Amino acid sequence: MRTPALKFFAASSLVMGGALFATHAHAGKTLDAIKQRDQVVCGVNTGLAGFSAADSQGNWVGLDVDICKAIAATVLGDAKKVKWVPLNAQQRFTALQSGEVDVLSRNTTFTLTRDASLGLFITAVTYYDGQGFIVAKKSKITSAKQLKNAEVCVQSGTTTEKNLTDYFKSINVKIKPVVFEGFEASVKAFFSGRCQAYTTDASGLASIRNKEAQKPDDYVILPELISKEPLGPMVRRGDDEWYTIVKWTIYALLEAEEYGITQANVDQMKASQDPPVQRILGTSEDTGKLLGLDKEWAFRAVKQVGNYGEIFERNVGPTSALKLPRGLNNLWNKGGLQYAPPIR
Amino acid sequence: MHSKKRDWSWRSRATRGLIYQAVAVAAIAAVVWFLAHNTLENMRVRGIQSGFGFFTQPAGFDIGESAFAFDSSDPYWKAFLVGLSNTLRAAVVGVVLTTILGTLIGIGRLSRNFLVRSLCTGYVELFRNIPVLLQLLMWYFVLNEWLPPVSEALHPLPGIFLSKSGMSFPVPEWEQGHLVTLAGLVVGLAGAWFYRRRAGAAFERTGDARPMVWPALAIAAIGALLGWLVGGAPTALEFPVRNDLNVSGGGAVTPEFLAVTIGLTVYTASFVAEIVRSGIQSVPWGQTEAAGALGLSRGQALKLVLLPQALRVIIPPLTNQYLNLTKNSSLAVAVGYPDLVSISNTTLNQTGRAVECIAVIMAVYLTLSLVTAGLMNWYNARSAIRER
Repeated sequence: MRTPALKFFAASSLVMGGALFATHAHAGKTLDAIKQRDQVVCGVNTGLAGFSAADSQGNWVGLDVDICKAIAATVLGDAKKVKWVPLNAQQRFTALQSGEVDVLSRNTTFTLTRDASLGLFITAVTYYDGQGFIVAKKSKITSAKQLKNAEVCVQSGTTTEKNLTDYFKSINVKIKPVVFEGFEASVKAFFSGRCQAYTTDASGLASIRNKEAQKPDDYVILPELISKEPLGPMVRRGDDEWYTIVKWTIYALLEAEEYGITQANVDQMKASQDPPVQRILGTSEDTGKLLGLDKEWAFRAVKQVGNYGEIFERNVGPTSALKLPRGLNNLWNKGGLQYAPPIR
Repeated sequence: MHSKKRDWSWRSRATRGLIYQAVAVAAIAAVVWFLAHNTLENMRVRGIQSGFGFFTQPAGFDIGESAFAFDSSDPYWKAFLVGLSNTLRAAVVGVVLTTILGTLIGIGRLSRNFLVRSLCTGYVELFRNIPVLLQLLMWYFVLNEWLPPVSEALHPLPGIFLSKSGMSFPVPEWEQGHLVTLAGLVVGLAGAWFYRRRAGAAFERTGDARPMVWPALAIAAIGALLGWLVGGAPTALEFPVRNDLNVSGGGAVTPEFLAVTIGLTVYTASFVAEIVRSGIQSVPWGQTEAAGALGLSRGQALKLVLLPQALRVIIPPLTNQYLNLTKNSSLAVAVGYPDLVSISNTTLNQTGRAVECIAVIMAVYLTLSLVTAGLMNWYNARSAIRER
């Protein structure tokens, strides 16, 4: 098994080492470095079904994973040219700060503190989430307000703990958090009955109920969402070109869905006379040049990974194991929040 | 005749030694300065904010168990204090229990009874050869699987509840009378100390060995009892009560605390047992025979001849085990016990001050270890051979 102690020491040494030994002069721009080593280094979750997890053959799959693949397709022309670095919650920011990874695509919530004080930039939201609760059905709890004096299991190193405290303070209910360092230990403690409730992002709850519960039907997810959790990739400050490329790769995936460009029809769409489609696929204006890329940058991302809707559907959507509704993550013109600035 | 001037020469060994030492110190200082400077410079260049200013800001998270009242609007430094108190609680309880259990098992390994001897040997070989982290997780999950949920808490004795949420037990309600009891105990302890001094002096003077342990304990107990009676013999206890979702009131320990304490105790006791065994065996058999020849009983021989010599061998490695136990308590975070490392992890994530948080943890463990080592060295010096 992976031992938390090992992870802790790895985390500490990374945290210390990253700051102590890294020299501040960077090897040129991030993009140059990526092209030189012919690989994008992507920080992902150590294992969160639907977002980033290694399958039985050792291939990484998930929504966060697909975003990195799209970036690799955009800048290197091949979605497979990614080196995966699984990171726990404590390691993630230091790994990005110290230059160990080029981009952090690890279900990370965008907050002011993280954007403004860590030397990092938030890019674009790839998943609109919110924190919720899961309880055992037989406890007959139907609302978070009934969790008076309850013990709530939670994993440390996330924004979750603070949201939990804020929410129960605002409704004047006392609860007792039981904080675990490791994901496995916290989930196991909940399912063995140590806590009356478990809390994390709603997408995580669905993932846990599906993967970890012996009988998923014995558990219910409470209706309350107590926080806003916009998740997406982060990059290091100080390289504005790279920041722009990551951001616009995500926008391109959204634009592709909006204009009906899919993995299957992307080749035919090249013949399209629709100006926005022509701009996305690089058949008229060269939008790639402005990003320091070639004109087929977005074409390759869609061709190799699919548009945003396809990525969502494949990993977390109603037909996947997680069965999450599209909800807030629908396009803006279909009742959701996903709104990409135009590519022009 | 030696004049100072003549001693000072580039060729003298003392001077060269001094130069080597100065160079070594300078090299170490330079490395430390480089690391510190480079870290700060790197963080500044990358726009990472640093400093300990965040310590006075509100923490914003709750802590599951705490020795004193803590609210999420309290500052970070108070959260660290809660973590430190939890670490100390686990370490102190662990050290005491480990010493008792380890001594018993160590003596058991030398037993003439085959079963006792084999069981103790089996214990040592089993627990010292499994990584402590696995043991912690094992105890935690065993406790969690084995105990019923809090709504069906076991109720083995009146006032005691045992469930996945921990163990609740009655505690005395605070009254003025307890203060008088405490005062009585202090007077009793002073009396016991005085008795031991007198008895010791009498032994030195006349060679008449008077009992040292039981009368002293009795004097201390009588002092406390008198204080309790004078204080009005308070007996009120606060009992835990069962609610809908949990058990409240009374004293309580969580399964996390139980798992950490049991795990660390069982693991470290296997090492302490070996130390105690080797310490006793290090005293030559001739000493036992000589004590017998002098007419000392088995108990007297153990107390007056064997143990004082064995302790000199036992204490230094025992100190190491105490330090190990304290440091291993940092693994408590794996089973959800809110120790210093757990609090620090949360803080690190909310503020992003990685270097600061890790530095605080390192400083605290270093201090704890140095204090423990200092106390044990003092005790070691006390029990060393006094030459007359």
